[in-house]
Amino acid sequence: MSAPVQSRQRIFERIRAATRSVAKDSAHLAGAYAALPRPYLRSGSLSAEARIDLLIERLREYDAEVVECTTAELPGAIAAQLAASGKRIFVAPQGLPAEWLLPGFDWKIDSGLSIAEIEKAEGVVTAASCGIADSGTIVLHHSSTEGRRVITLLPDWHLIVLRASQVVETLPEYFDRCLQPPTLHPSDENLSLGTPALATYISGPSATADIEMTRIKGVHGPRFLHVILVRDE
Amino acid sequence: MSQVASYHPVLDPTLAPPFPQAVLPVLRNPQLRKNVAHAIDVIQAKRARLVAEKTDWQELRSAAAAIRMHALENLGYYLELFEARCTAAGGTVHWASDAAEARRIILEILRQENAAEVIKIKTMTSGEIQLNPFLEANGVSAYETDLAEIILQLGEQEPSHIVVPALHINRSQVREIFARRMGLKDLSDDPKELTNAARAWLRKKFLTIPTAISGANFLIAETGGVAIVESEGNGRMCLTLPKAMITLAGIEKVLPRFQDLEVVLQLLARSAVGERMNPYTSLWTGVTPGDGPQRFHVVLLDNGRSSILAKAKERQTLKCIRCAACMNNCPVYRQTGGHAYGSVYPGPIGAILTPQLMQMHHAQSLPYASSLCGACYEVCPVKINIPEVLLELRAQVVNQERRSLSRFFDPMYLGLRIASFIFANAWSFHAAQFFGRFGLGLFTRKDGWIHSLPSVGGKWTQTRDLRGLPAQTFHGWWASRGPRSGKEAK
Repeated sequence: MSAPVQSRQRIFERIRAATRSVAKDSAHLAGAYAALPRPYLRSGSLSAEARIDLLIERLREYDAEVVECTTAELPGAIAAQLAASGKRIFVAPQGLPAEWLLPGFDWKIDSGLSIAEIEKAEGVVTAASCGIADSGTIVLHHSSTEGRRVITLLPDWHLIVLRASQVVETLPEYFDRCLQPPTLHPSDENLSLGTPALATYISGPSATADIEMTRIKGVHGPRFLHVILVRDE
Repeated sequence: MSQVASYHPVLDPTLAPPFPQAVLPVLRNPQLRKNVAHAIDVIQAKRARLVAEKTDWQELRSAAAAIRMHALENLGYYLELFEARCTAAGGTVHWASDAAEARRIILEILRQENAAEVIKIKTMTSGEIQLNPFLEANGVSAYETDLAEIILQLGEQEPSHIVVPALHINRSQVREIFARRMGLKDLSDDPKELTNAARAWLRKKFLTIPTAISGANFLIAETGGVAIVESEGNGRMCLTLPKAMITLAGIEKVLPRFQDLEVVLQLLARSAVGERMNPYTSLWTGVTPGDGPQRFHVVLLDNGRSSILAKAKERQTLKCIRCAACMNNCPVYRQTGGHAYGSVYPGPIGAILTPQLMQMHHAQSLPYASSLCGACYEVCPVKINIPEVLLELRAQVVNQERRSLSRFFDPMYLGLRIASFIFANAWSFHAAQFFGRFGLGLFTRKDGWIHSLPSVGGKWTQTRDLRGLPAQTFHGWWASRGPRSGKEAK
C-alpha cells in the first residue's frame, strides 16, 4: 500500500507550507506554548466544608443520590445503599477493599468477566479518583479500585465511594493533581493522580435532551448514580 | 405522514441548491420552524444562565482561542507528535487527503475486521465524507447510536444541527418514526417512553456488533489520547464493548497537551447544551490490554483543511470545537434551521466552513446567509471572528464571479460596471438621473411606489417596495430656489 504513505507526506507538506511563517523548532515551540495566556481561575476559594457541600449540591442537581459518612461508618453506609437498591447481583473491581464486599449480596469480582456476565449484574460498586465540585463531576481513572470501563457502564445502578480528600473545587485543580509529582513522605496521603491513559468523567447519570429538549435521565449508561462521601477525620 | 418528511433537503454542498432557494421549503413549513425555534430558545436560555455564573468566562475564551491558534500554527509538529504517541500506545494512524481516501481506508479496515455491521458514535466528520451511504453501497450496515441520529437514520432524514441534529423533529414525529421502524404500535409520544424504546432497540446492537466508528472531540498530541464528549452513554458503549475501533478526525482537532482539556472542557458543554459538564467525557490512549477495543485505528482527514490553514484570515475557522453556540444564537438559523445550508455543518460556522472545504467551488451563497450582526462571534468559546471571515469569503465570491466569463452579461455585474462608469463623471451622473427618472417612471404606480421591477431589480422588489423617484432632483430644486436674502436664513 503506497498511496497512504504518499498521502501522509502530501498532507504534511501542505501543512508545513501553510504554516511556514510560524514553524519553530521544538525548543521555541515549548517556549511559545508556555507563554500562552492562562488568565482563568486555577484554584477555588471555598473552605473544605463548602467545597464538599457544593459537590453534593451539584451532584443532587443531576439527580444523583448522595450520602455522607465517616470512615468507620463506611461499611454500614454501603450496606444501607445496597439494601435500599433492592438489587442483589453486584460487580466489583478486583482491587475493591474486602470490607466493602458486604455479605448478603451476590458479588461478581471482575477478573476478566465476560460481557454477558457483567450484563447480568444489577449494580456496580467502585472507588473514584477525584470529585470536582464546580461541575459536579466524578473522575474515574480505571485503576484497580475503579475497575475496567465496561463494569461501570452496563449495570443500571452505580455506587461510587469518594473520600473528602479527593474533592477539588475547580477543573484546573484536578489537572494539577494529575500533573503533580507523587509525595515522597510515606505518611502523606498521595494525591498525585498521574496522566491517565484511560479516564471517564461522569457528571450525573446518562441523559439525553434530543427529543424536544426534554431532559430524560438514563439512556445507555447507568440510570442510577449513588455517591457515598467519606469525611476523613 | 409527518410534514418533516414531505421534503428532502440535500446536504451535499456539490449538489445543494443556493441558500435563498433551499430555504423556501423551510419558510413554508410552520411546524418545522416551530420545532427549531422551541429547541433554540431552550438551549439559549440554559447557556445564558450557566455562562453568567462563570466569573472567568472571558478569560477561558481567551485562553482557548490562544491554545487552539497555537495548535494550528504548529499543526505539523503536533500531528507528528500525536501520531508517534498514539502509535506507541498501540494505535494505528492513517492519513486521508480527501473524503474518498478516508472512505476507502475505513472500508479496508472493516474488510480486515470482516465487519458486515458497524456501530457509530455521532460524528459530523462522517457526514462530511458521506460515509454511511458509501458503506451501505459496499455491503456494510452502519448503525447510528446517538438518539437524535437514530431518529434521523430510521426516519430517513437529514441532520439540521451539529449538537442536537434532530431538533427539527417533534415528539409525535419521533413516535411515528419509531412505531413504524421498530414495530412498536402502542408507543406513546412521551419522550421518556421514546428514549426507552431506543435504549432497548440499541442494547442488542451494542452487545453483539464488534466494530465501531467514532469521531473525536479532541486529539491530545502529548499523550496520543482521544477525547469524546457525550451525554447518553452510547459513546462509552461504542468505545468500550467492541473489539475494533476506528476514529475519524479532522487534522485540526489536535490539542498540544492533556492539561489543555481544563480549558476546552469548561467551555464546551456550557456553550453547546447549557450544562456545567456533559454527563460523560471519555479519554483513551491507543490500546489498553483487557479494557476496551484491542485494535484501534485513527483516520486523520485533511479534505481541504490544509488550504484553509494557509490563509491568514480564514485560518481561525479551524479553531472550531463544534459547540454550535453560533447557530443557537444566529437570527438567520433561528428562522431557517439547518437544512438550507446544504451541508452537515449549518449555521454561521457552516457558512464559513463549507465553502472553504469546497475550496470555494461550491456553496458560494453561504457567506451571504448572514446579517453580519456578530452574535456568533460574541458567543464563540474560541473567539472565531465569523463576520470577518464571512466578509473575506464574500469578497472572494465577488472576485470569482466578476472574473468569470459566464457572468460577464449577468445583469448585476453589467449594472455594476455601468454604475462605475456613471458615477465617474458629473455629466454622466446627471444624464443617468434624467433617464433613470424616465425609466423608473414606467414602473411607478399611482401611489408613488414601485412594487415590482424586472430582472436584477426584482431582487429588491420581491421582498420590499421601492419609493418612486421624485419629479425633481435635489440639485434641480436647489438651483430653482434662486438667490435668497440673509434675513430668511435667520
